[in-house]
Amino acid sequence: MSDASQVTQSDRDEMRRNGILVTSIQEIYNWGRSHSVWPLQFGLACCAIEMIAASMAKYDIARFGSEVFRPSPRQADLLIVSGTVTKKMAPQVVRIWNLMPEPKFCIAMGACAISGGPFKQGYNVLKGIDRFLPVDLYIPGCPPRPEALLHGLIELQKRIGKEPMRTSRLSPAAGDSPAKTYVLPEFGEHDIVPPCNPAIWKAPELTGLDRT
Amino acid sequence: METIEAIRDRILATFPGAEVTVVLNGSPSAQHSLRIGKAHALAIARWLRNDEALSLDQCSNVTGVDWPEREVTENKVKRIEPGCLEVVYHLYSISKRLGPVVIRMRTGNRTDDVTLPSLTPVWRACEFQEREVFDLFGVHFGGHPDLRRILMWDEFKDHPMRRDYVAPDDFDWEPTPHDDVLARAKENREKRTAAPAKEGGA
Repeated sequence: MSDASQVTQSDRDEMRRNGILVTSIQEIYNWGRSHSVWPLQFGLACCAIEMIAASMAKYDIARFGSEVFRPSPRQADLLIVSGTVTKKMAPQVVRIWNLMPEPKFCIAMGACAISGGPFKQGYNVLKGIDRFLPVDLYIPGCPPRPEALLHGLIELQKRIGKEPMRTSRLSPAAGDSPAKTYVLPEFGEHDIVPPCNPAIWKAPELTGLDRT
Repeated sequence: METIEAIRDRILATFPGAEVTVVLNGSPSAQHSLRIGKAHALAIARWLRNDEALSLDQCSNVTGVDWPEREVTENKVKRIEPGCLEVVYHLYSISKRLGPVVIRMRTGNRTDDVTLPSLTPVWRACEFQEREVFDLFGVHFGGHPDLRRILMWDEFKDHPMRRDYVAPDDFDWEPTPHDDVLARAKENREKRTAAPAKEGGA
């Protein structure tokens, strides 16, 4: 691998133009991995309809290798949190994430999954799934169009393609333990307990609050 | 359809001594309603469903209203009007193509006397909607076959649609705060700087 890395990407591209294929194990490995990102067959609200549209013939997510929506978290690589996460649903979403084998990826699709969206001021909606899960990619929109989801997937594939092969890919907040399980919120008397996972989420410090 | 007053008079003729009040709706829709005392409510509901002329066979909607305590001034004398919870039923007749007939029931207060008769034995469609009113307003329905929370989890203690409900303060950040949210954001920031150890919750 260290030898292969001396050949730069532009060298390879140059040789490919002349009909010579030079590659590395890592490149082949990541090429395979990034084109078989299997999402979990899991939807929460209207964003899920766009996700389904992306998988059908017109948008055809199969072109990018993600056509196999798996019905079991054990077989899935990608959790697309597509829709409003209510507080009643939050523990189930985290439980599904904990069941997925590493390496795994999480996309927050749409305004609700990112921040609570139009339901942000409600008493029963989680204000962003990143309070409990390490989100790799945010796709804004209400709901995002299927093209936006495809764009998100391609960005994710680019990121997978750059990963070094020898260090197994773990989620950014997962630390070094591959068997990391994330905190499952419990149903409390007034709110879910804890209201967020303090190990991975912290309220951003707001600036300009005192400006009039 | 006969007027709401005519329905009231027929109810009173059938159930002497029942409490039935016409609640007028001054808006252009003029959707008047009947407030029914809880003692005769179940019998009156059954009568409304079985009556030849009305045959209100469909309950389309059940909802709640929270009336908190309020201060009213009458003849320059201030008094506290006690609060209560109200349940509103919208009834239709599919067979006679009539409706809606709106009936209401009120609880004694908002704390301990919150039991009303369930109308699920009369209209099966009330079952889930009465559970919702129980969940969000805290009205107990006596005679309901399965009175559990339906939207919030079972361990939840509050009733979110009540006027005095205070939502959990997870409003810790808003990208562009203004007005009330700005005040809350400042308050939260002060709390965070005052107690940095407890940051982020338990």
